[in-house]
Amino acid sequence: MKNFNGQVLFLDRADINTDEIIPARYLTEITKEALKPFLLEDLKFEGFDPQRDITGKQVIVTRSNFGCGSSREHAPWALEVNDINLVIGESFARIFRQNMFNCGMMAVELPPADIERLFSEFSGKPAMIETDLANNRFIVRADGKETVFDFSISGYDRALVEAGGWVDFADAKY
Amino acid sequence: MGKTVAEKIFDAHFVDNPFGDIHVIRLDAVFCHEITTPVAINDLVSRGKDRVFDPSRIKAVIDHVTPAKDSKTALQGKIIRDWARRNQIKDFFDIGRNGVCHAIFPEKGFVRPGYTIIMGDSHTCTHGAFGAFAAGVGTTDLEVGILKGVCAFQYPKTIRIDITGRLQPGVYAKDVILSIIGRLGVNGATNKVIEFAGPVVADMSMEARMTLCNMAIEAGGTCGICYPDRHTVEYLWPFVKDEYASKEEALADFQKFIPDADAVYDAEMTIDVSDLSPQVTYGFKPDTVKPVSEMSGAPVDQVYIGSCTNGRIEDLRVAAEVLKDKKINESLRGVVSPATPAIFQQALDEGIIKIFMDAGFCVTNPTCGACLGMSNGVLAEGEVCASTTNRNFFGRMGKGGMVHLMSPATAAATAVAGHIVNSSLFKG
Repeated sequence: MKNFNGQVLFLDRADINTDEIIPARYLTEITKEALKPFLLEDLKFEGFDPQRDITGKQVIVTRSNFGCGSSREHAPWALEVNDINLVIGESFARIFRQNMFNCGMMAVELPPADIERLFSEFSGKPAMIETDLANNRFIVRADGKETVFDFSISGYDRALVEAGGWVDFADAKY
Repeated sequence: MGKTVAEKIFDAHFVDNPFGDIHVIRLDAVFCHEITTPVAINDLVSRGKDRVFDPSRIKAVIDHVTPAKDSKTALQGKIIRDWARRNQIKDFFDIGRNGVCHAIFPEKGFVRPGYTIIMGDSHTCTHGAFGAFAAGVGTTDLEVGILKGVCAFQYPKTIRIDITGRLQPGVYAKDVILSIIGRLGVNGATNKVIEFAGPVVADMSMEARMTLCNMAIEAGGTCGICYPDRHTVEYLWPFVKDEYASKEEALADFQKFIPDADAVYDAEMTIDVSDLSPQVTYGFKPDTVKPVSEMSGAPVDQVYIGSCTNGRIEDLRVAAEVLKDKKINESLRGVVSPATPAIFQQALDEGIIKIFMDAGFCVTNPTCGACLGMSNGVLAEGEVCASTTNRNFFGRMGKGGMVHLMSPATAAATAVAGHIVNSSLFKG
């Protein structure tokens, strides 16, 4: 299984699309590693600078409809090669969400109130998230204290995470 | 309990439901292009599984960057070309025969009512115009589809939209779908199929239905679906005439895939389009939509007519009607890309290409290039494009560029005026 723990990158905007996650001009690459320097290059909003903010982060916390637009799996790959395997948001676009689990990564939805709390209490501070997959909970560590958020994950999504992705799962079964 | 179109298709293709409402379904076709397929091919090769489940059910094309613009895109083309040869994929469309995937595959008769189709391209939802379930997927789903001929989806929920009234002259399927996306929002249909029903859709050509279904994804929808009818039979007849004794028989067979009267929907809405005027996007999301009249005068640097949304012959005809005997404004540049070689040829035969060239448009070969800022019409930073494409994300057609989505009629009128404006075909 991949790593689902680490420092949090807060992206406080809804509808972040896959063109913003990895612009189409980099889709000419045929290796995942080549995408690494370009993650979130076209994402523009106040207070965010990809060059400054991505380094050292392993988890993204964001708003609703993350990953909308193009089906490009280059979006999860660009995250993966930057060691980001977990995105927590209010909701996800279907294809992006499936692509994440298909790669053995996680796109986990939390209720709007929990997302709001994550932003209001932890955004702007060094915050660390630990994923307790066995007990379906995230442990957020910041300011020397711990806060727990419960999440749910379907049997299918869990199986993909544990199998390391859909190719191995499907190849063994169909 | 009655079934929706997507439920009927899912039940007819059922393989397994390993986790409750996750259904693994058998695929009738897997479509491939050179941007999202090479990584799947390379992975299959590295796994020692360089094979395909059925070469006759795989259709492949080079369309996103063609002709290749550099060594990297040349290599992407080479990977898919070599793979198609190795695996005896007969329906591979290389340069000279290639066109925009969602235009050329229907044109070749590869989409039928009741089919299940995936492609590593979000606008695969276009093919629902034929009463098929067609969904965009990522490269991993594509890879499994190529190898095993199956894909997993959540059992579909459906929103039914009845489109009633009568479209005014100069108002098109593009205006209807922009208006619908404006109402639903960019995630209003996430994880759902949209059935487009009602008299306005029944009157639409297959080309217009493809425009409608093409943008279902811009509201988050998995697939847009129109009901198979006489238009569907007429369009597909050259491809199916040996399979049916008559068009009546084909129609009866196709109409296995219309919804039951007591089908259960996640949501139902009715939209009367009688008062709808031409629409345009003003922001950086496809749901930021308003009437063209409210954007009149907005400056534009480039006009682009083409793409899987609006690069078909009907679209070019409408644009040419607006452009005939006119010149595009000196303040901007015009680019038109007929979506397939057959459309290009037809446009030549009808004198449409001459009208575009006389007006001052650059006519490019069929390609997706400009729509996603990869080639053949990329914007410079700060530039604005009036475009018949499907996405207006910031930088979509070139880093730092802005896109206003609109119909071919509005785009053509904008090219002549030098700024956004309604076409004279709209009298409202």
